[in-house]
Parts: sequence; C-alpha cells; structure tokens
Amino acid sequence: MAVRSAPEINAGSMADIAFLLLIFFLVATTMNVDTVIQRKLPQKQPPNAPKPDIEIKEKNVFEIIVNRYDQLMVEKELSNVTTLKDKVVKFLDNGGGVGKNNDKCDYCRGDKDPASSDHPSKAVISLKTDRGTSYEMFIKVQDAIGQAYIELRNRESERIYGISYEELLFQKTKDKDNAVLDRKIEAVKALYPEIISEVEPTTN
Amino acid sequence: MAKFQKEKKVVPSISTSSLPDVVFMLLFFFMASTSLRDTEYKIKEPVVPNARSAKKIEDKNLMTTIYVGKSKDESQKGDVIQLNDKISSVNDVKPYILTSKANKSEDEQLKMITVFRVDKGAKVGTISDIKKELRDIDALKIAYAAVERKE
Repeated sequence: MAVRSAPEINAGSMADIAFLLLIFFLVATTMNVDTVIQRKLPQKQPPNAPKPDIEIKEKNVFEIIVNRYDQLMVEKELSNVTTLKDKVVKFLDNGGGVGKNNDKCDYCRGDKDPASSDHPSKAVISLKTDRGTSYEMFIKVQDAIGQAYIELRNRESERIYGISYEELLFQKTKDKDNAVLDRKIEAVKALYPEIISEVEPTTN
Repeated sequence: MAKFQKEKKVVPSISTSSLPDVVFMLLFFFMASTSLRDTEYKIKEPVVPNARSAKKIEDKNLMTTIYVGKSKDESQKGDVIQLNDKISSVNDVKPYILTSKANKSEDEQLKMITVFRVDKGAKVGTISDIKKELRDIDALKIAYAAVERKE
C-alpha cells in the first residue's frame, strides 16, 4: 500500500513564537548611546595647603566666561560659540615663548604672538560658568575645546606617525595591550596636554 | 483510465515556512544591537546634548551613571538627580559613588569613570554641586554623555 506522505507541519505557529520573543526584546532593551566627553577633575586641596608658588602669566591663560543667559565671553570679548574652536587652536598653537624646559615650540604653527601663550605645555584654558548657564551651552563650550585639542593632536600625529590621533585611538580600541601604540598616543598627548581649569560657578 | 482522472487545477498555497526565519533574523538583530535596560527612568528621559568630540567608552564596567533631568511631574521645576533607580539629592551622591567603588577591584577603582547623563536644559549649578561632591571623595575621572553629531 502506498504510504501517504506525511502532511507538512504547519509552520504558522513558529512565527507567532518568534514574534513574541521579538516583542519582548523590543520592549525590554534600549539602543544605548554611549559616547562621552571625558574630563579629569582637579584634586581637592586640603584647606591648609600652601598656595602653589608657580605663577601663571596672564598670557598663558585663555579665559572663557559664560553667563546665565548663555552669552559667551572669550578673552574679554563677546563672542559666538562657533568661532570658539578656532580661537582655542590659535591660542594653544601660538608658541610665543619657551616651555617648561626652556625649549621653544618647534612644532607650533601659530603666530608666535608674545601676548599669547608661550608653549602648549603652559597653555591653560580657564572656563568660568554661572550656576544658571544651560548645560547645553556648557557642553558646546567643552566640545569646542575638545575639538581644538583633537585637531592639533591629529595634525601632529599625522606629521610624526603618518596617521591621525583619532586613528591611533581607534586602533587602541582594537588592540588594547599594544605598548608601542600606547607610547605613540602618550607622545602626541604630551605635545598638546589638556590643561583645562574650571572655576567654581557663581550666581550673578 | 481511472488513474488519469482529470485533476482539478489547484493553485498551490504559499508556503509560510520561511516566515519564522525572517522574524528570527529581526530578533537576532535586536539581540545583538541592544542591551537590556538596567534602570527605569524616574525622571523624564534626559536628552543629552550634541558634541563632535564625544568618543565611546571602552570598558562599560568602569562606568557609574548619574542622571539629571526634569521631573516627570510637570509642576516641579528645577533639576532632579536620579541615582540607580531612585530620585536622590546631591547629598546622596557620595554614598552612591563610594558603594559602587567598593564593589570594584583595586585596579578598577582607580580607573572608575562617573558618567553624567544630563538633559540639555539642566543648569550648570546642579552639575557643579555634584562635581564638588566627587572631588571630595577623589572620584576625579568624569565623562559627559553626548551624542556624536554627524556633519
């Protein structure tokens, strides 16, 4: 007797199970945004600590002030946040004097204006905000400063190693224990060290 | 003759056996690209600002997040801080960070990063208060969450 072929299994319910699982995942998960701007806070000084006796010359400080109406003042001039990054780059890259070891900045391509920073290793960016400043503005300023450092570091990294600083950082994420790569990154960072000083916000 | 009885033309029904395959593909995509939500927002979900210089953090274990945003209750003005899954005040920041520090190994403790997931409209004053608390307990590595802007 010919055996009747077994009827095909109805696959419709498999789809239902799959949909249920899918809906569970859609509801219970998020696509995480995990990009950040990293900073380091200065150490807290004990109240009796002697004032540091290194004097910082005014020309080595780049003053950024934001008030509670989100208005920006850069080096005592009213300014727009879109021009901030270029101004920071100009300040950091100035090289108008000598650095900590009495060495001139041979990699700086700035104007060497004696009224602006001496050397990138001495260049301090000072940020003063108001308690009422919006966080969005605060981040725009931090971003402009961050972009300035990245631009300068990219330029030097390409000159010395042939690839951009951002490319070095990307390689580090793929290759975490590469000491040669670490040294390269530290070398580029040392050319333009991030010295950002945030003053305690006041209420004006 | 009987064998060759005229068969009625039957249109074969569409096989649905591949439908679960398609759905499983969608499912695997979501499983791979998302992570289980670990904290429910007790405040309105913070909309983080844009920043070109924002980079990915490598080690998620080192992150401790502080959420700041507007209250879900429209009438309450001002910034609200959420730690883990509770609405808290600035004074609760220190114990929170210290407990998450205690749960980590010595090595990780030094590399710990406090992430600020803060709404665009928050005020710097609140953030500055939290940073003051962090300086007190030597939790100096911080990061501001921001969305990478594509231009």
